[in-house]
Amino acid sequence: MALYHVRRRRNRIALGLAVAATGFGLAWLIIILGVLLWEGLSGLSLAVFTRMTPPPGSAGGLLNPIVGSLILTFLAILIGTPIGILAGTYMAEYGRYSRLTSVVRFINDILLSAPSIVIGLFVYEVMVARMGHFSGWAGAAALAVIVIPVVVRTTEDMLTLVPDTLREAAASIGLPRSLMITKVAYRAARAGMITGVLLAIARISGETAPLLFTALNNQFWSVDMNGPIASLPVVIFQFALSPYHDWQRLAWTGALIITMAVLALSILARLLAAQRRAS
Amino acid sequence: MQRPNRREPVVDVALPGDAVLVSGPVERARALRRLRVRDAAFRHLTRLAAGAVLAILGGIVVALVQGAWPAFSRFGFDFLITESWNPVTEKFGAIAPIYGTVVTSFIAMVVAVPVGLFIALFLTELCPRWLRRPIGIAIELLAGIPSIIYGIWGLFVFAPFLQQYVQPVIIDLFGGVPLLSTLFAGPPYGIGLLTAGLILAIMILPFITSISRDVFDAVPSVLKEAAYGIGCTTWEVMWHVVLPYARVGVIGGVMLGLGRALGETMAVTFVIGNAHRIAGSIFAPGTTISATIANEFTEAVGDLYTSALIALGLILFVITFVVLALARYLLMRLNARVGG
Repeated sequence: MALYHVRRRRNRIALGLAVAATGFGLAWLIIILGVLLWEGLSGLSLAVFTRMTPPPGSAGGLLNPIVGSLILTFLAILIGTPIGILAGTYMAEYGRYSRLTSVVRFINDILLSAPSIVIGLFVYEVMVARMGHFSGWAGAAALAVIVIPVVVRTTEDMLTLVPDTLREAAASIGLPRSLMITKVAYRAARAGMITGVLLAIARISGETAPLLFTALNNQFWSVDMNGPIASLPVVIFQFALSPYHDWQRLAWTGALIITMAVLALSILARLLAAQRRAS
Repeated sequence: MQRPNRREPVVDVALPGDAVLVSGPVERARALRRLRVRDAAFRHLTRLAAGAVLAILGGIVVALVQGAWPAFSRFGFDFLITESWNPVTEKFGAIAPIYGTVVTSFIAMVVAVPVGLFIALFLTELCPRWLRRPIGIAIELLAGIPSIIYGIWGLFVFAPFLQQYVQPVIIDLFGGVPLLSTLFAGPPYGIGLLTAGLILAIMILPFITSISRDVFDAVPSVLKEAAYGIGCTTWEVMWHVVLPYARVGVIGGVMLGLGRALGETMAVTFVIGNAHRIAGSIFAPGTTISATIANEFTEAVGDLYTSALIALGLILFVITFVVLALARYLLMRLNARVGG
């Protein structure tokens, strides 16, 4: 009987711990989002979206970093997505069982979680050091390097899920393979591939480390991709670590904007994926 | 009879004159050739893109080795075991950042692994079905929050909290205990190795949780039911059946989390304190490889300084590569087993 009680007590403790651990995990999400809303909302106003970053001690907004981030993200997606989709296509369609595919898959998975600061160093060495100056292009390239593995992974996964009968049907009416892939397989996997791109956008819009020494930062309005360009995460980094109170306020507001954008994107991606599963 | 048969015209068009008969196959051949060229072009393009993924990795290695070469040739093996980091006298050593990286990641693992496993246990065994998805998604949203947000939150909220309420208590508590008094030696700065490690723990929690949940879910129900059938408690099923079965996958997930923790930059940079020394206390400020690079790279004057920072990056890349490769290998073996 004693043993029975011990076992029951042990079970109850373990299950209690499981509930507590879940509460612990969820609590952080609530605390972080709560603090972010609390600190960020108070500074949120129209001026944030219409005015430039101010010198310390005066009022201003985040217009130039917001525009800079949008440009960098857009270009990174523009460069990274086609490469990622094509590579994923090779792995799922042409070389599904080839050696190259398994090597690429392995390397791609490692790139997926490689430290982003190392990617920044890589682009610095290849572009910034060679061109002699920091530039928006270097920033976009660094982000594109982060986009590629995400898109490769989802494209391959989604294309692998497309039933082979669809491919056989396409082949049986004499469709060449490239058309079969672009007209049939891509269409069947479209929702999943868009999800991948959304996830990639979510991933890079908060990335700071690879931009620190590629796109650098710019206190002024600039959309010149050959020069340093401001971006929201880098401005948050700079402003948050500054001793000026109004800069810190702007950093919080910027943090709120980024987080909301990223969370909205990842929820949207999830909904899209869920919809596909349901249909 | 006068009215033309609606099915006939096709034949009628093809019949008159030899033009169609001659040009048909030619047109057809041309179209086929065009398709064949396009087909081959597309195939080669995709293969090129797949090669680009390998080229990126190769490029990273080559660029880092090239950039790190001046530092390595100057300091040699000593670079890895020297503590001093002095830009003025140009003496650089990597051991302090390496130490900080290892210690913060270790703290993160100590906290995140048990918590993550317990959450996975909750999600797979205890949670009502309708609550599973919402809680799972909420935990995974933690992974979606950009690391800079953890940084700014850690600096302005978490570190002051630890400094005021947690660290003084611990310092008082263990002040008289040998060993522990060194580990938890004051003063309470708020920022430091422990703070960075705890924030890393929160950040990697979702990775460990979601992979553990997936591998727990993959355990055949028959095994669990058999254990329940002979009267095992939920915990005993977990400990004696699920965990041993899912071991490889859990280790893979843990390694994946470790890889993230080792390379995480922004969250750590905010709260680590950026002090190039090895302190016995985990309350002391320190630095990690990634934080050092993030803080100093743009301000680095002189080729040797820059090179030393890139050498740090190379070390980080090698460490994370090994950890991540091992994680992927374990997970791949698991998939092969489940698939076969």
